[in-house]
Formats: sequence, structure tokens, C-alpha cells
Amino acid sequence: MAPPAKATSAPFHAQTVSLTLNGENKTLQVEPWTTLLDLLRHDLRLTGTKKGCDHGQCGACTVLIDGERMNSCLQLAIMQDGKAITTVEGLAGEGEDLHPMQAAFISHDAFQCGYCTPGQICSAVALVNEGRAKSRDDIREMMSGNICRCGAYPNIVDAIEEVLAEQQSGSRHLEAAE
Amino acid sequence: MLRNERNFGSPRDRVDGRAKVTGAAQYAAEFNAPDLLHGYVVSSTIAKGRITSIDTQKALDVPGVLKVFTHDNRPATAWFSSSYQDEVAPPGTPFRPLYDEQIYYSGQPIALVVAESFDVARYAASLVEATYEAGAHETDLKLARAAAYVPPKKRQGMKPPASKGDAMAAYAKAPLRIANDYSIANEHHNPMEPHASTVIFEAGGKLTIHDKIQGVMNTQSYVSGVFGLPASDIHVVSPFVGGGFGSGLRPQYQLFLAVMAALDLKRSVRVEMTRDQMFTFTHRPETINTVLLGADKTGRLSALRHQAVAVTSRFEDYQEVVVNWSGILYDAENKQFDYRIAKVDTYTPGDMRAPGAPLGTFAIESAMDELAYAGNIDPLELRLRNYSTRDETTNKEFTSKELRACFQLGAEKFGWSRRSPAPRSMREGRELIGWGMASGCWEAQFSKTSAKAVLTSDGRLEVGTATADIGTGTYTILTQIGADALGLDMEQVTAKLADTTLPKSPVEGGSWTAASAGTAVQMACEALKKTLLQEAQKIEGSPLADAKYEDVVFANGRIAMADDAGRSLDLSDVVRHSGQSEIEEQATAQPDSKVQAQYAAYTHSAVFVEVRVDEQLGLVRIPRIVNAVAAGRIINPKTARSQVTGGTVWGIGMALHEESLTDHNLGRFMNHNLAEYHVPANADIYDIDVIFVPEEDDKVSPIGVKGLGEIGIVATPAAIANAIFHATGKRIRELPITIDKVLREAA
Amino acid sequence: MNRFSYLRASDVGEVVSALKDAPAAKIIAGGTNLVDLMKYNVERPERLIDITHVEALQEIIEGENGSLRIGALVSNSALAYDARVTERFPLLSSALLAGATPQLRNAATVGGNINQRTRCYYFYDAGTPCNKREPGTGCPAKTGLNRIHAILGQSEACIATHPSDMCVAMAALEAVVHVTGPDGERDIPFADYHRLPGDTPQKDNTLLDGEVVTGITLPASSTQFSANYTYLKLRDRLSYAFALVSVAVALEKEGDTVKRARIALGGVAHKPWRRAEAEALFEGKAADSGLFARVADALIDGARGYEHNAFKIRMAREAIIRALEQASAGTPQSNIDKHIV
Repeated sequence: MAPPAKATSAPFHAQTVSLTLNGENKTLQVEPWTTLLDLLRHDLRLTGTKKGCDHGQCGACTVLIDGERMNSCLQLAIMQDGKAITTVEGLAGEGEDLHPMQAAFISHDAFQCGYCTPGQICSAVALVNEGRAKSRDDIREMMSGNICRCGAYPNIVDAIEEVLAEQQSGSRHLEAAE
Repeated sequence: MLRNERNFGSPRDRVDGRAKVTGAAQYAAEFNAPDLLHGYVVSSTIAKGRITSIDTQKALDVPGVLKVFTHDNRPATAWFSSSYQDEVAPPGTPFRPLYDEQIYYSGQPIALVVAESFDVARYAASLVEATYEAGAHETDLKLARAAAYVPPKKRQGMKPPASKGDAMAAYAKAPLRIANDYSIANEHHNPMEPHASTVIFEAGGKLTIHDKIQGVMNTQSYVSGVFGLPASDIHVVSPFVGGGFGSGLRPQYQLFLAVMAALDLKRSVRVEMTRDQMFTFTHRPETINTVLLGADKTGRLSALRHQAVAVTSRFEDYQEVVVNWSGILYDAENKQFDYRIAKVDTYTPGDMRAPGAPLGTFAIESAMDELAYAGNIDPLELRLRNYSTRDETTNKEFTSKELRACFQLGAEKFGWSRRSPAPRSMREGRELIGWGMASGCWEAQFSKTSAKAVLTSDGRLEVGTATADIGTGTYTILTQIGADALGLDMEQVTAKLADTTLPKSPVEGGSWTAASAGTAVQMACEALKKTLLQEAQKIEGSPLADAKYEDVVFANGRIAMADDAGRSLDLSDVVRHSGQSEIEEQATAQPDSKVQAQYAAYTHSAVFVEVRVDEQLGLVRIPRIVNAVAAGRIINPKTARSQVTGGTVWGIGMALHEESLTDHNLGRFMNHNLAEYHVPANADIYDIDVIFVPEEDDKVSPIGVKGLGEIGIVATPAAIANAIFHATGKRIRELPITIDKVLREAA
Repeated sequence: MNRFSYLRASDVGEVVSALKDAPAAKIIAGGTNLVDLMKYNVERPERLIDITHVEALQEIIEGENGSLRIGALVSNSALAYDARVTERFPLLSSALLAGATPQLRNAATVGGNINQRTRCYYFYDAGTPCNKREPGTGCPAKTGLNRIHAILGQSEACIATHPSDMCVAMAALEAVVHVTGPDGERDIPFADYHRLPGDTPQKDNTLLDGEVVTGITLPASSTQFSANYTYLKLRDRLSYAFALVSVAVALEKEGDTVKRARIALGGVAHKPWRRAEAEALFEGKAADSGLFARVADALIDGARGYEHNAFKIRMAREAIIRALEQASAGTPQSNIDKHIV
């Protein structure tokens, strides 16, 4: 981890940031005004994370930061020192099996144009991990931070409901085995 | 030859699904180039007048800034405004970015800052200072409508219906009469992907352009016309479009600015719009309808007058079909139609999902609902009593019309027969329950489209046409059609789209793509199959040597005799024996002018809605909607259902949420973001049940397909407003029906 | 975004001295409002002081008799789902979950939430005049689009509202804001933290130059409201929208009578709106619909609307009555089931 700047010296320039991105350690020079979203899309060419509004009003830029879903457009890159970030590219690599949520989005046709989709999927993965959603109403409310202009919402809820059910039956199997 | 339909008509996952769920799909702003420059747009803060000065020095002083383009220093472009007219431009003088010091609307681009990075361009743009001499503007339709006019030059395809009889006289005598205004607010498309263009400057000055556009050919011809480049130097590739809904039909100003900068600086340039700037070009026009209905006591219409007035810009006469729908859905002995536009100081409105249709349909279907209550007739029954059996507006027969089946199946699924007729008669706890319905139609169009079909020596098929897939599922349905035609698995077929090197196609819009591109691909595949058989027969000792085309089948990657599967050849062997690396055929699908002269083609829908209204608090919820659609044959029920679901969600947005709020003092849209311009969120959308009514139609298109992009929205807002009336007894005739209107009307 | 310097503070003292060094500095934590406003050029700090590494501000600390001291850096999610909060101060949890989205709540902090700025269209649009953003330029909202604006406590200079949901609950729960500045620490009762716009709408609150919010205490006395409470939020869509009107109600009941009542409104004024005289109408009286209506009338007495927001007066009255019914019956509004009980 880079040594934090001291209050006495406030640099007007790039600083070193070390973070884990999709499981890989990265040390980067970032300027104070670069958002995490622009760092991903422009500097690192990870364009799976989308810019829909750039102001936290749509959720297309949702990534996982230390496991929690957040709008990467409102996070300054320089503040991500020491964090672990997962983007849609980190859910399934090229040629790898899809994450169950990605597979469910395809089988339920939970997208049309695809632009909000990586954000929806990151958000949905976090929703499952949070463990609070039990019903379709829960899913609807807890996925309302991701706007889909194509209007794929019913299919998005179906996809997440399926993954939740699979996970619950999976954990029941585990309990039974114990 | 028998039609193999293993995939046509079956639900299939999207073939571009993996690319979209993994983030691999690349949109216009996501293509890269060495030393790519970034442009950031500076927008005007006044609505009308002229720029008296622009100070760009502070911006130029920022390290990393290459140039600030304004009207003072922009490079020369085409002289005539007609050169700026794109494929779908309405009559008028197209907007020319940075053309001169004149300001035509608030948010107009007045400068482009080009820098080595996005951050630098954005920062430097904030340092550009403009001063203006403001002129008097008008943005309020209620005032501007006094000067409304019938557009002197009709937009291509606009067919104002003929009036007949004397509607006013018949209205005066009618026992049942309805006369009201119905208005719809300005709306902005707001696709999730902001508009962007990445222009890659290549050796010799050729351009490769990744544009957010619903038709790459339109981008190519626009850039060619404006910048005087030969089309062969402009390669437009836009494989993924993050939603369009009409905003990407016309090339938008970010394309002009990116190309201008790239040509001037001889560097690759990307210009992305901000979400705010997504409110500085096209929008759905604010529209006021006036409907008069006269009917006998049984509800049979004797008089129907539908008038509408909508906004347009100072510089173009945008027009859309608003009033015709009434005359298509219903016949009356006396009819009158009138459509006018009024100039305001905004950008030119444009096509937005089912342009015109939900606006006119909201009016006529609200009025019909009012008539039903006035005559104490069930709203569904009233529609059956006035059911049109031919299109009186064009004086043609319908190619098919299964609206009656939509009514029947939709009503059954919804449980319409259990409805208690009186308003305010259904309630659960605090909430009033309302059941409402409406019907609608959309023209099933067919546009001239070319396609290719290529079989490669590894036995794979590639089909392609220049049209776009804006989320509609075009890649998938063309893959299905190609696979069926050649008897291959979908995995052996690749669909290519949105590339100007592919056979020509019009813009993706109007719900014509499935029928038109689908037919073109089918025809190209048929031509390919004939060529393949000929090649197969050239092979020495060919088992198919004496076969007629009618006698063979294409299945499992082989051509075989239909009655003797033992006599067959592998397709890849046929290609290899031909001495070519691949065999390609092209075909062009065109509308059948004889059919068009005789028939009118429409998709139809019947929408049934339940609302729950807490009238003390003004809150409306929509727990369920049944949308029954007749749209000919359905190629892919899975993606088709998504189209109609999406259209229905748009209808909910139009009914309850969407409105671009204008400050008329400033002449400016003020809720220019997704926090204050509300589109439905996940929590707003409950159960949406889509029914596809069987509809055979051998005239609308050779593959019997009508298209689905628009029909979902058309009748939904009216059905919601009607349900709110049934719940509350309050008729709200202004969309969106926001919480304040429910409270106001309940007062 | 303008150019600024960035520094990371490791303790509160460092924050205070950094603020002293650079008066035009801004503190950043979750960033959900500040970065948003910086991209619109509404906020143009010369320096950002990142306080997310200040350990002392991260925790929820148990106080006496069930009170909780919440560090300024506790996220809205962490606070909403904390078992002590859901048990003792469920009104706060409910209000937090009515606001924003899971993504935003994960990032947004308590300290940031109380300092978030208005959603007035004109404040947000640097291409228009606004007295809050640029004092002296005027207020176009009064004669322009004012559907979302204040009906209470406005001034000639400004009719903006405070957009927070959390703060409405904090006001009802009579939280105390802890701040540290050049002159040391001080506590500000929640009601005194935000202010009405008056002639200086640029000032949202009573924080002095150089002060930083370090935490908020939820008092032990407010644990008595855990059975009879509600947060009722009315907005233009069913989630992910700012309140047109919201009501936080906290009642302490004894049988059918209300011993103590606290009511705060959101979306109607430049600060969470409370009136002691309205709350006092309750004391010792039986909770019934007549009383609820009188309380509602007293709470919004003198409300004034403009061209587009007059409906909020009636809406507020109805919402207060409904919220009092919900709280009194012990049936708080769900954030999941959008049916309003």
C-alpha cells in the first residue's frame, strides 16, 4: 500500500494506488479527479462497466467494492487504495463458464440492449450475497438501483429468483449433508 | 420444398447474450484507437439569441488541450443545409452544429473542447465562457398553438386521412356525446447508453466510425454529405447499440463534432454526450389532442373528430401520425381529422417508440372509455360494436386483423367478466381498485432491405445486413431464419449487422426490421441454396446430379434427396469442390406494391390493466397488466415477449412518470437527469402478461411477420388512465398522471 | 470537475488542521453527493480531505441505557441493518431504507447524509441563476418549476428543500450531532443543525467554518418509540426517487393515550420540519382521527404553495394523518410492500 499523503503536503497530481481488480493486484498512478468508472473504462480498458448517467442515477456502473455493490461513477479512484474491486469481467473470464447469475440472465432474457446488464448482474450478485431478499417484492425493491430503459424488469426478477432458489436448495443440501 | 422451421417460432436465447452478460459487447464509446482524443461539448444556457463572445483561452491554457472548436474557428463544411439532411430528416433546414453565432435552443452545442484525456476535456470545457445577447423565446405549446399550422410539406410516409360527411352536424344530433382535450407531455428517449461517436482516423484520411446509430448507412451518408468525403472512405461499424427507441435514427451532433475534429486534427476522436446533454437533442413532442365523439344510444359512432397539435422546432417541421389511429380503429359515417404543428424554441422533436401512436391512442381510447360510461356500455363491448373491418383511412382491406381475438383472449386471461362496472365500486383496504382497457394498432411496415448469405468451407453460414440490433433481438431472429433455411444448428450460423460493408438496409425503426431483414435473409438463403445445389451437381458422380431444387432438403449440414436420404452431400464438401473459399449470395426484399395498393397492414393490441389507487395520498400502483397482441407470426416468442413487455413498461412510464419539465421563463428543460426525469424503476413494475394471438398473414410479408417494437406501448397509457377512472371516478386527461394530478382531480 | 488537491487524513485532528489550511477544502467520505455535484461544477473545492481512513469515525458505540453513538463514517446500509438500530430505533432504519438505492446506501455515510444538498433543479444546473449556489443571482424556482419545492419556512431568496430521508427520522428521534472544530468539540441538537434559508440560503446548516461532523448520538429516551413509529414517504415512483413529502412519526403510547409524540416532515422545507406545539397537542390524549387531523393542521399551519407545489400542502396533511394512524396502530409502512397501510 502506498504511504498516505500527509496533511501538510497535498499533492495536485497523481498518486500511487494499489488495489485488487478481479483478483489481480494492480498498482496505478491516478489523478485525484479520476473516478473509478473512468479508471476502469478509459485507463484499464475494462468497458464492461457502463456509464449511463455518471451521477448515481441509473446503476449501470455498479461494481463490487470489498464485496459491496456501489456506483463506480461516484467513487474517486484515488480513494480505492487497498480495496478489492470486482467488475463484470471478473465474474467469468473469456472461455470460462458463466457465473450462475449471468447464465440466468440469458435464459430468462433479462436484458435487451445489454447496456444496463453488467450493472444489473453485479447488483444481483451482491443482492444474493447480502442474503436479505426472500420474495419477488424484495427483489424488485432491492434491484431498484438499476434502471433498465428497455423494461426487462420482470425477466430480471425471474432470473434473480431462480438463482436465489438454486442457492437456497444448494444450502439445504449442504445442511442435510452436515 | 418443405419449409424447415426448427427454430422459427420457438423460444431461443439471444445469440449475443454471452457478449452482453460478460461485458464483452462493445458500444460506440468503447472502441479504442492509438492516441485517441476526447471531445467534450459546451452547451448554451439561453434558448434564443446570439453568442456575442466565447472566451476559450482559459481552456486552451490547460495542459493536454489541443483545440477548442467554436463557430468562430470551425473548419468549413458543406455549404447547403440540404447536405445535412439525413435519411429520415423531416422537411426543413437541419440543425448545423457550430454553424454560426445563432442560438436556436437551450442546450445547443456552442463549443467542443478536444484534449488528450476525457478528464482534461471536461475540466477545460468548464472554463469556456460565453456571453450572449438573448432574444425572446417561446417554449409553451399552450401559447404557441395559436400559430399552429398544417405542415406545408408532408414528411415521407405521412398520410393524413380523408374526412367524410359532416362530423360537427352529426355530433350536434348525437344522443351520446364526448368532447375533450387530451394532452401528453414532452418526453426524452434516454436510452441507457448516452450518445457517442468514436471516429478512428486512418492512414490516407479514411474514417472508421463507431456511432450510436440505428442505421449505419444513415451515418455514412450524413458524414459523406456534410464533409464531402466519398462513402468509400467512411466505414461505419456499430455492432451494439445501448438502446435507441428512436433517438438514434438521425445522426446526432456528437457525430458531427467528432468527425469535424478528427478531420481537422487528423487524429482519432471520441465525443460522448453526458446524460444532461441527452436532453439537448430530439424528444417526443408535447401534443394536445381534441376528440369529439357522437354516438347513438347503443354506442355506435356517428361522428368522430380527432384533432391534434404538437410542437416542432423553428428549423424543421417534424411530423408524426397522431390522429389517423382513431380512423383505423373505428369507423363512423362522419369523420374529420386535423393535425397541426406549432413552432417553439427547442430542438426538433423526433420519433420515439411508436411515434404519435400512444398519443393519439390515449386520446381516442380515453374518449371511447368516456363514451362507454356515458352510454352505460361495457368498454370492451363498445369497442366490439364499433369494430372496423377495413381501413377507412386508406380505403383498403386489412391484410389481417385479429384484434377480436386479442379482446377475447386478453379479457379471459385478465378476468374482465368479473369486473364491477361502476367507478369506485372495487376496493381492498385503503386502495380503490380499477380495471380498465384500451386497444391500439401500429402500421406493419416493410422496407426495402438487402442481405447476404455466405457458406464457408467449414460448413458455417453467415448471414448479414447493415441494419442494427438495438436490443430488439435482430441478431437472434436472423440466426434462426438462416439456420432453418440451410438446415443447420443455430450454433453453426453467425449473423452480422450494423456495418456499412454489409448489404444495404434502412434504419432500424418502425417495427419493420424483423419482417424486412428477416425476409431478405430468407431470400438470400434461398438463393444460396440454389447455388449450392448447382455446385453440388457439378461434382463428379454427384448423387444429386439429376435432382430438381424442389426434390432436395437441406438438413444436418447436408443436401439430400427428400425421398432418399442416402443420396446426399455435405455442404462443406460442396463449397470445397466449388474451388472457392466460400459461396455467397445476396438478395433484396422489397414491398409488394400490388399488395400495398390493395391492403393495409397493422399489428393490434388489447391491453387490460388493474390499478390500485390510494386517493387520499395520490398514489397509483399497477399490480398487473395483460397485453394481448396480434402481430402475425412470431419468430422468437422469448425475445418477442421481451419486446412487448418493454413496450408495456414504456406505456407505464408515459402514463405515470415521464415528463421533461420546461421552465418557460428560461426556455430550458430542467429535469435533465435520471434522478428527476423518472422512468419506471424495478419496483414500479409488477406482473406483465403478454399474449400472442395466433394470426396468419400471407400478405404482410413473405414470412408472415409484422414486427413488435412499438405495439407494446400503444394502448397501455390509455388503458391505465381508464383503469384510474374506474378506480376513482376521476378522469385525468393529461399525461403523465402524477401524484399531484390524482390529488387535484380528487379535490 | 475542477482541479483540486487530495489528501488523506488519519485522525480528526488532521482533518481540522487541514480545513484550517485550506478554507475552500471539502471533506469527502462516501462521495455520493459531492462527486455528483463536482461533475456538475456546482461544487468546486480546491482540496479534498479524504476522511475514510479515520478509524475513530467508523464505529457504532453503545452508550448508556441503549443510546448509540454513530460514527460519521458508518454507511447508510450498515446503520440501517444494524441489529441495535432495527431493535431500538426502527424508525431510523426504515427511513434509511426508503432513501436512494442499495448501491448508494453502501457508499453514503451518516456524516455525508446530513450534509447532502438540495435537489432543486436550478441549484443543480450551473447554467441557471440560483441564490444557494451563487448568492445574489436570484431564485428562478419561485416563478419557474417549483413542483418539488418547499411549502414551509421558505424565504424570498430560496424555496429549496432538504432531500434526506435519514435526517427526517433523526429529527424525530432528537438525535445530537457531534462536531469538532478549531475550538474543540461541541454538540448540536438535531433541530438546530439544519437551518431555514433566510437571506443566506448558501448555508444549509449551522456548522461553522473549519468544523467536521464526527458522529451522531441517538438518545436513550428515543428507544421508547420502537413500538409505535412509521416512516411514510410519497414520491413520483415507487423506489429510487426523492420525497415529495415524507413523514417520520415516533409515538410513545400508554394504552390508548399518547404520552409523547415526535413528528418530522421531509420534502417540505429547507430542513426536516418539526413543530413542538403540534407535538404537544398529543400529550396524554387518546389517539384518534380527530386529534390526528388537528395535529396535522398545526404542523403545517401557514404553509404556502407556488404554481406547481400547492398540492403538497394537502398531500402533507393527508400523509401526516396516515402516518399517525400507522404509528398509533403499530403498523409501520413497509419499504418492500408499496401498498400504503
